Amino acid sequence: MATLTPTLTVKQPKSRHGGGGDIPHYPGGGGGGGRGDEFPDYGERLRRCRLGLAVGIAPIVMLFVAFSSAYLVRQGLASWDLRTNSYINDWAPLRLPTLLLVINTCFLLLSSITMEFARRQASRLAVIAPVTAMPGIADDETSGFPWLGVTVALGIGFLAGQVLAWRQMEMSGFFMSSNPSSSFFYLLTGAHALHLLGGVIALTYAGITVWMKRPPEARHIVVDVTAWYWHFMALLWLYIFALLEIAR
Amino acid sequence: MTQSQGPAGAAQAAVHGHAPSGFIRKYVFSLDHKVIGIQYYFLALTAVCVGMILSLAMRLHMVWPEASIPFFGVLKPEQYLTLMTMHGTIMVFFVLTTAPQSGFGNYFLPIQIGAPDMAFPTLNMLSFWTTFLSFAVMIAAFFVAGGAPLSGWTNYPTLSAIPMAGPGEGLGEDLWLISIALFCVASMMGALNFITTTLDLRAKGMTLMRMPLTCWSWFITAILGLLAFGVLLAGGILLLMDRNLGTSFFVPGGLMVSGVPVQHSGGSPLLWQHLFWFFGHPEVYIAILPGMGVASQLLSTFSRKPIFGYRAMVYAMMSIGILGFMVWGHHMFMSGMSPYSAFAFSFMTMAIGVPSAIKTFNWLGTMWKGKIRFTPPMLFAIGFVSLFVSGGLSGPFLAQPAIDIPLHDTYFVVAHFHLIMGVAAIFGIFAATYYWFPKMYGRMMNDALGKIHFVITFIGAYCIFMPMHYLGMAGNPRRYSQFTEVKYLAPLIPIHKFITYAAIITVTAQLIFLFNLFWSMKKGKKAEQNPWEATTLEWTTATPPPHDNFGGVTPVVYHGPYEYSVPGAAKDYIMQTDPAPVPAH
Amino acid sequence: MGLALLLIIWLITFLSSYFFVAHAWWPHAISASAPYIDHQWHLTFIAMGVVFIAAQVALGLVVFRYRDRGDSARASYSHGNNKLELTWTVLTAILFLGLNAIGSPIWAAERFQPADQGAMKVEVTGLQFAWYFRYPGADGKFGNTRPELEDASLGGLSALGVDPADPASKDDVVSGVLVLPVNREVDLTLRAQDVIHSFFVPAMRFKQDAVPGLMIHMHFRPEQTGDYEIACAELCGLGHYKMHGIMRVVSEPDFEKWLAEREADKQ
Repeated sequence: MATLTPTLTVKQPKSRHGGGGDIPHYPGGGGGGGRGDEFPDYGERLRRCRLGLAVGIAPIVMLFVAFSSAYLVRQGLASWDLRTNSYINDWAPLRLPTLLLVINTCFLLLSSITMEFARRQASRLAVIAPVTAMPGIADDETSGFPWLGVTVALGIGFLAGQVLAWRQMEMSGFFMSSNPSSSFFYLLTGAHALHLLGGVIALTYAGITVWMKRPPEARHIVVDVTAWYWHFMALLWLYIFALLEIAR
Repeated sequence: MTQSQGPAGAAQAAVHGHAPSGFIRKYVFSLDHKVIGIQYYFLALTAVCVGMILSLAMRLHMVWPEASIPFFGVLKPEQYLTLMTMHGTIMVFFVLTTAPQSGFGNYFLPIQIGAPDMAFPTLNMLSFWTTFLSFAVMIAAFFVAGGAPLSGWTNYPTLSAIPMAGPGEGLGEDLWLISIALFCVASMMGALNFITTTLDLRAKGMTLMRMPLTCWSWFITAILGLLAFGVLLAGGILLLMDRNLGTSFFVPGGLMVSGVPVQHSGGSPLLWQHLFWFFGHPEVYIAILPGMGVASQLLSTFSRKPIFGYRAMVYAMMSIGILGFMVWGHHMFMSGMSPYSAFAFSFMTMAIGVPSAIKTFNWLGTMWKGKIRFTPPMLFAIGFVSLFVSGGLSGPFLAQPAIDIPLHDTYFVVAHFHLIMGVAAIFGIFAATYYWFPKMYGRMMNDALGKIHFVITFIGAYCIFMPMHYLGMAGNPRRYSQFTEVKYLAPLIPIHKFITYAAIITVTAQLIFLFNLFWSMKKGKKAEQNPWEATTLEWTTATPPPHDNFGGVTPVVYHGPYEYSVPGAAKDYIMQTDPAPVPAH
Repeated sequence: MGLALLLIIWLITFLSSYFFVAHAWWPHAISASAPYIDHQWHLTFIAMGVVFIAAQVALGLVVFRYRDRGDSARASYSHGNNKLELTWTVLTAILFLGLNAIGSPIWAAERFQPADQGAMKVEVTGLQFAWYFRYPGADGKFGNTRPELEDASLGGLSALGVDPADPASKDDVVSGVLVLPVNREVDLTLRAQDVIHSFFVPAMRFKQDAVPGLMIHMHFRPEQTGDYEIACAELCGLGHYKMHGIMRVVSEPDFEKWLAEREADKQ
């Protein structure tokens, strides 16, 4: 049993938010996470959304880890075939439309770069927002280069390129059910495309908020979080492409 | 109380003070974590009623296969399997995963850490409605041509991959898979919210090591869910593709089902089992960890004693979570998987016994030299410990592959997982209900009814599941709709009858609980703010808590969650928000 | 309530334990490896039984002894004890991992070694909802099967789709009863034609899934004559509960006689 020490001490509460003096810092600040339209403490919200994204990437990673391990297992698998009375491995190496996929990759990587510019642009606008909100102060940068639009265009370009790649695969005789290798090709590229489509929709939404006159801080949060997601999607695509190329 | 209300707090009050007033925004598509928690709870309550009725019909059919069962009629063997499949699925996903984690976790995690809501309320709402949709799709499987699937909640291909393999393996099976996929997505959204909330929204002074053990259990459970459900989703997608797009992930070549050749080749049914159990084993801990948290919280509160070995409890839950991802192969000792890998899985599984034992010892240590108040929630917490011990100790038999040979897929396994993951977890839910009901509804549940409910349920659960061990030893396989065909099972039928009688009584006794729950909402004795004299943050706020949980004030936390019977203190408990000194420990 | 709880917990503990030992639940064991498995069971049973009784008795006792007696005394104030914590961590680790270490060689003997040279070959096939057993005949080889020849309604060789054109299949014998000579090692090959089944012989302490896409080799040795039941232990569809068979262990001469009769029937 723990010994009872005679000295009684009051433990000072420690704050993870760098101490708040006498006024406790309320971490649930801002609009309580999307409640209402006010965004008084957008720094908090930005940090929280980034954290949420980092956490949210984990299940996506697990999904693709599961697909990849199924891929590798299925590739090396010999299963007893009752028709041939023998163990068979029916994996046929893919003939990927490599050139097209490389072009698509370039689209995606380029979009990742423009995404970064868009993110920084949105961040800048958000920082000066309190100033530009004052009447009579004009902002020259609002009509800056449309990085967001370019990113969305490149993203859609990538998706269109992927559709083209599926067409090419079909033309060379690799359908969804032709062979496990082509099944996995459609599965991996399709799942990635769906996830990227989510990013495109988020960016489009961020673009629409300009017309909706939503505060730039709100847009910045959407753009910022989507940007990190977008970079993750680019990395994920590089991984998938490498997997398909190396482990045929 | 030292809840300081500075200018910032006042500003918060202005922001949070006005709750949405329309019925739809307030009760249906609500963003309030408390409303969502209650929605989850009642979804689980609906599901548990369905699941329990299914199990009762199964028990009746098993011992009187020719009898006409109320509402079901005379069951055919395939209908029995359908009920069995849906019972397992509904109970595991929509009850054991939904009530303790999504229900109580949603309601009380933000309050216990001093937050005004979850980190992402909209996501929280989406997660509930996706779960609801998932449940609706699951129930819809009953009503399509061929009915619900019969391949068990484990849904092994090739039985589940080939529509001809049995009734219910057509559209019903597809709906089952879609429902599970939706559930995976909902659970991942929920887990994301729980983790972000725990990491980011704790009140001032609420360090991780000052969180109530309930919060730790929800947090660790969320991490398990976050990592496990993605893998089940992957498996579900692959199986849907095999069934509908002609791929061959799980089905090998040359099969004939009901005289019809199957057009697949080269796949492996074991691949599904690996993916499924990589999810399935952590899922067991997703079901039971919140129960452990609740039991710890209640044993400390009602023994009027600090929890024994707080840190050990946290580390034990963490190691259970980590080891939980390394043991999935112990479900597959007889599957044809490499016998060598059984060694690794067996070792890891036995290792899980260690943190589980630590928790049991610490619960006993908490009550040791305590001053135990036998309230209904405490009774269920004590029942939890007893059931956890009983269910846990059959684990080491099944974890050893040599002993698993005769026991695998027998009633011994049914007894094991029902005691530890089913009944123990349900006891956690009951304990949580009796404990938090006063905070949620502002009224007390009836004490006498609660005690009667406990005694019948506790004895009943043992009467149902303890004899199943003997059946398993005698070689009674699971998932048999009757025991008349296999000769050596005939002498075991009296035991099955005993179990069925016990099940009828136990299920009927749950009406006491339902009555108590609904009656107390309207007619229960008014509850004080802190009826149990507990220390955690939910008891510092009004009953029921206001829209932003603390009415604009901001809680500040000064010490750990279990400061009971502090020598020299005025009362025998010191709230977490009370700056009164406590001895260093 | 404390006393009631003590009585309930103790009664449950006592009755549960009593019924575990009051009746010989295990089926009579007849295989060569069964004594080892049963021994490991007993060892685990004693260890877990002691822990079970100790924990439940302690729970009942603690609950009763430390009930709130309504006096003004307070509970003892303690946050735990690291030494105790360490002690039971080490003790349980030794118990659980020790049991595992003792049991491992039994599993290795069951599953790592192939069957003896000269073991008798039998192929076990599971299909919805029956077990079929094929003997390779004098040539020691199983003939090829072809799915398109399968016809379960005809039974025998046709149920498995054995190809009559394959010379190796000429002397194959298919039976619905698993007839085995006593005291001889059996080399089993398990296969399935539609879904997963599990070949479960309680008296042999033997169980193995028969999986489509796998040919699983197992071995065992029955040591007593008699009829023993085979059950299916993996959910295989609506007839799962009635998918059973008989394993008939007979003397070596009887077995030879039976096999010869079956060969003769085929002609």
